[in-house]
Amino acid sequence: MSHKVKDATIPHIPTGARISRWIGRNLIRIYAVFAFTYLFIPVAYTFAFSFNDSGKSNLIWKGFTFGNWQNPCGAPEVCTALVNSIKIGFLATLFSTILGTMIAFAIGRYSFKGRSTSNLMIFLPMATPEIVLGASLLSLFLVFKINPGFWPTVIAHVVFCVSFVVVTVKARIASLDPRLEQAAMDLYANERETFRRVTLPLVAPGIAAAALLAFSLSFDDYIITNFNSGTLKTFPEFVYASAARGIPAQANVIGSAMFFLALAIVITGQIVGRKRKVSA
Amino acid sequence: MRKISTPYLLLLPGVAFLFTFFILPIINLAQTSTQTPVGGGDTGEFEQTLRFSNYLDAFLENKEQFGRSFVYATIATLLALAIAYPLAYAIALKGGKLKNFMLILVIAPFFTSFLLRTVAWKQILGEEGFVVPTLRTIGIISDSTTLTSTSFAVVMGMTYNFLPFMTLPLYASIDRIDPRTLEASGDLYANGFTTFRRVTLPLSMPGVVAGTLLTFIPAAGDYVNAAILGSPNTKMIGNVIESRYLKIVDYPTAAALSFTLMIVILILVTVYVRKAGTEELV
Repeated sequence: MSHKVKDATIPHIPTGARISRWIGRNLIRIYAVFAFTYLFIPVAYTFAFSFNDSGKSNLIWKGFTFGNWQNPCGAPEVCTALVNSIKIGFLATLFSTILGTMIAFAIGRYSFKGRSTSNLMIFLPMATPEIVLGASLLSLFLVFKINPGFWPTVIAHVVFCVSFVVVTVKARIASLDPRLEQAAMDLYANERETFRRVTLPLVAPGIAAAALLAFSLSFDDYIITNFNSGTLKTFPEFVYASAARGIPAQANVIGSAMFFLALAIVITGQIVGRKRKVSA
Repeated sequence: MRKISTPYLLLLPGVAFLFTFFILPIINLAQTSTQTPVGGGDTGEFEQTLRFSNYLDAFLENKEQFGRSFVYATIATLLALAIAYPLAYAIALKGGKLKNFMLILVIAPFFTSFLLRTVAWKQILGEEGFVVPTLRTIGIISDSTTLTSTSFAVVMGMTYNFLPFMTLPLYASIDRIDPRTLEASGDLYANGFTTFRRVTLPLSMPGVVAGTLLTFIPAAGDYVNAAILGSPNTKMIGNVIESRYLKIVDYPTAAALSFTLMIVILILVTVYVRKAGTEELV
């Protein structure tokens, strides 16, 4: 739609060029469709095979059934693993969002001695391969005779989530219009009120996005978890362990359900955000 | 005036946490890397002997896997860049009203566990999938050629899995470009290609740098794609570290390999960021 308006404002382009530009524009749209198809092929495959009447090994299509969806915990261990992942994801999200948001405000709002060192400390975990993070944490736990398990996994997840939270929230803080806070101060709000009534609500979408990112990073993590979870099994570990002998279709059910759930949350968030923008 | 102590109080919990659970482990890793087994036996106990040749031994023993890791990660990063750039460009400049929706679509595959998706590729590209028989019928691959258990499958899996990490920063920097600069370029008689090469691409460089780093770093340390989609001939350094740590319990070698991997990546990243000239990554 928008390109037609644009063309109308640039009348000196000859017809031939205009046609080739039109093709050029739609070429990239066609490309986008292909790229999205590529991104979604395995998602669609996972979803389709969640309806497979497969028995134990979900490798070959054997017939359509709703059975797996009606009984998602039917395969042994799959729901225990899911609950572990959700618990760990929730706690890791909570801690990393709090720590990360505080750091983001410190770095984003103040200039102080040691600022660049703090920046480096945030960047380093992102520049360190997961396997090094996981392995080094495991050796630390072993030195202190702490057994791998639930809490070591939560700690490990917080380590790699914090940096992503800082980056996301900091970007939001940087994009704030300083005049809004000045206006609040002009209207006799003190620093605390300004923060609570103006700054924080404006940064909130960034914090929400960061929390969502942290949860999905934690929920989907395999490498660091594998080093620090000991005998505890998360959902990705369950999938990895059963990959060799065939993954039960129930895992596909859970993967697909998570997909639709997360999609619903994100889209709802977008709609709410847009409504708030309109009403404001 | 704001109090001087405020930023430090805000930083304290997070920095203390990262110091304890990131810096200390790395120091500990460095210490472990120069240890040797107690009495030279297989007791699982190690003592500090400052044996720096652990590094040389570990490297020489695994130089193939090291090389493979960096070659695979480089190819996957370049492929991801080639696939993601036009996509990010389409979303940022042609997305219109669908922009936010398309962005959600980019991250949406994340929500299905990446392991499930990797296993899905294994089955799609496997003997029972639909790709191999189709390609055989057309005659593109011979009857004996397989797609899984090859380096092709590993690189393809990595490209696929890290694609959103490449697309999002690219989108962010292309989206930030002032459309008037593109119009100005057109007004100065630059054609589409020249505008792209002289205006769009240079202005999107921060995104290219961030995206390639966010893809290359996890790809170089990855072992999941190699484990699921590859064969013993496609083992990467991550596979070696994992088995040394968790299966063979040879902590010094595993630590030396981890430390080498981290240092090599840090050096590459520093050189790359310097050359590309963007320092505003964080």
